[in-house]
Amino acid sequence: MLSSVAERIYWTSRYLQRVESSARLVNVYTNLLMDLPKDINISWFNLVTLNSAEAEYDKRYKVRDEPNVVKFSLVDDTNSGSMLVSLSMVRENLRTNRDVMPESAWELINELSTYAHESIKNGCLNRGKRHEFLTQVINQCQLIQGYIASTLSHDEVWDMWCIGRHLEGADMTTRILDAGTNVLVSHDDHEAAHVQLIVWGNVLRCSGADHAYRRNVAASVGGIKVAKFLIFDPHFPRSVHYCISSIESAVRLLPRNRKIISSMKSLGIRQDSDFKFTESDNQLSSYCNELQLKLGQLHGIFTENWFSAK
Amino acid sequence: MGINWKNYQANLFYDELINANGNARLPAKNLTRYLQSLDENELHLRQQLADAAIQDMGITFTVYTEEGNIDRSWPFDIIPRTISAKQWSKTADGLKQRLKALNLFIDDLYHDQKILKDGIIPREIIEKSTNFRKECIGISPPHGVWAHICGTDLVRDNDGEFYVLEDNLRVPSGVSYMLENRSVTKRVLPELFEQGNILPISDYTSQLFTTLADLAIGVDDPEIVILTPGIYNSAYFEHAFLAQQMGIELVEGSDLTVGKNGYVYMKTINGLEKVDVIYRRIDDLFLDPTVFNKDSTLGVPGLMKAWQTGKVALANAPGAGVADDKVVYAYVPQIIKYYLDQDPIISNVETFLCSDKKQRDYVIENISKLVVKPANESGGYGMLVGPNSTKKEQAEFVELIKNNPRNYIGQPTLALSTAPTLIGGDKLEPRHLDLRPFVLQGKYSYVTTGGLTRVAMKKGSLVVNSSQGGGSKDTWIVDTEAK
Repeated sequence: MLSSVAERIYWTSRYLQRVESSARLVNVYTNLLMDLPKDINISWFNLVTLNSAEAEYDKRYKVRDEPNVVKFSLVDDTNSGSMLVSLSMVRENLRTNRDVMPESAWELINELSTYAHESIKNGCLNRGKRHEFLTQVINQCQLIQGYIASTLSHDEVWDMWCIGRHLEGADMTTRILDAGTNVLVSHDDHEAAHVQLIVWGNVLRCSGADHAYRRNVAASVGGIKVAKFLIFDPHFPRSVHYCISSIESAVRLLPRNRKIISSMKSLGIRQDSDFKFTESDNQLSSYCNELQLKLGQLHGIFTENWFSAK
Repeated sequence: MGINWKNYQANLFYDELINANGNARLPAKNLTRYLQSLDENELHLRQQLADAAIQDMGITFTVYTEEGNIDRSWPFDIIPRTISAKQWSKTADGLKQRLKALNLFIDDLYHDQKILKDGIIPREIIEKSTNFRKECIGISPPHGVWAHICGTDLVRDNDGEFYVLEDNLRVPSGVSYMLENRSVTKRVLPELFEQGNILPISDYTSQLFTTLADLAIGVDDPEIVILTPGIYNSAYFEHAFLAQQMGIELVEGSDLTVGKNGYVYMKTINGLEKVDVIYRRIDDLFLDPTVFNKDSTLGVPGLMKAWQTGKVALANAPGAGVADDKVVYAYVPQIIKYYLDQDPIISNVETFLCSDKKQRDYVIENISKLVVKPANESGGYGMLVGPNSTKKEQAEFVELIKNNPRNYIGQPTLALSTAPTLIGGDKLEPRHLDLRPFVLQGKYSYVTTGGLTRVAMKKGSLVVNSSQGGGSKDTWIVDTEAK
């Protein structure tokens, strides 16, 4: 497989995952807001912070309120991380790789793109319509993932696709966890049990993990347990552990992987022995940041090894 | 009520389907009878079906506009154009003959230049040709062939004979649309294929693959790639289509590199892999920034050297375009005679060279009747159609000719043949058309069964280019002698 083809498959997959994550985040935040007591003032700006996009945001918006943050996160085409920009990046990357992907994948992406643009024209960002719109986007992303998983040959193209998808998935899970701790830290009453419950419950929902968590961990929701589940659970498809294992399995099937496998080991992404923190300190947050840096390094290794052959 | 062919006006020009008496020509008999059995509404529905198929299959072409590039659906008319297998067989022989002679001519120009020494073609015509590449002098590509893939434009005049209008020896496009037109027609007129006397066209891509593979002499299982300028090129659809059909990699310049040993490699996840044959779809001047256009980011530094030293094969070879100059075109009958000692099987359109004083004066005097073309443009750009032009445009062209006579030729305005075309959804009217068959030459020669028929959708118009409002039709070579 050409390096340039591999790179575009990888990015198509990452961006598609990012579209879904952006939709999930805003959806969950909207719900979180409805559940929390009125006197608790959660900041919509967390959505910007968790994508490390503060500077970008401040360049364009004066007020850090809901309409601006939602607009910035979903539809702002000057924000390189917005949902619509991710969607158009999916299209741009796929457009040049149509020969290696199943034909209908291209049609489904086009449909999703048309749907998103039409809906936005019709005011789907208002709170009343937002949920329906975002749910539809999430469902379409899932449909495309399912279609590709069941019709694309599970060869090198598929391996590249999995690597992109899971790297983005792992990264997003750490960001969502980080966002959870930030919400709690950012208001005074963070130790109140009901607030904890609401926030961590929504963190789980954000990753689509509430059902799996309840079945595998406990009915009660607590910060440490949620974090441990989302980072270390070996079976849940969006846990960092699961994503990293999937990346590793895919890497093992691809050529010239020795350097990558050893780098993955030395990055130590799965070592959980030093994971000790409590809800009240910043350790979870810094642990998440560390993980993100490691994932970034992993991306760098892929690029060096596969995408820029010399 | 079905179509009444008696109401179809076929007597102004040679019509491909209907003769001047309003009767179907032999190869079109089944087709016209079948169309007659459909009512107008049904015809309209079939056209809609075709348009939907084209959209679903994503058959597009790119138009460059001031607002940016637009991907448009390929314009297609469902009524096929028919030619008898007997006439086609003769035409195919003529096309092979022509390309064979042109390749001998190119090879001679880059070696001994006998044809110039013998005074058949004036030396200055070649010396002033913008497509003559001094970098190619002395190079001997495999099988002595320079132009492996040629798209020849044919037109039919009032006498019913085919004439060559131009030879495209650089990067001719359109073959993917020829193949897709057939796929669409099979979907919308399936009943007509049951009789089995419409000859198939689908072997083109395997013939192309063989032609390319034969250029890697002594290599088993050669690595062949298509080099595209990228997604913004108007023929990108075709590049991707051919790569997919032949199962080879579609690469851009940045995917390739020339190694220290002088061989060409593509960058893959396995590391560097050697490339033996490049079907390049970028112009000569963008191939290699170290030799030609320094600012080109489309090409590969060192590619020319790799080709010159025989380490990679390029199709078409650099410099092949010297024979696709419209001034050289005027000499093709002499070229065929000189190298093959044969008379041309297909004639040229009468051509007046503005470089010659007598002929130039004739062109200027008769400019309102002639078609004037620049020597090295393609896509129907920069030309004047005398009868359809204003006095002001004619005066502008006279100036252009006087300033650069070598760059212009004049030809009589041809009475291009017509074929019934669906207009306004339900009416059949005659529209002018041409035909672009594709000719391959490597170790062996091959001609497509028919070619791409392009049709001018505007009444009376002679401009068939899709970028300028042209459409297309499926082309049927019909075996009328088959039982």
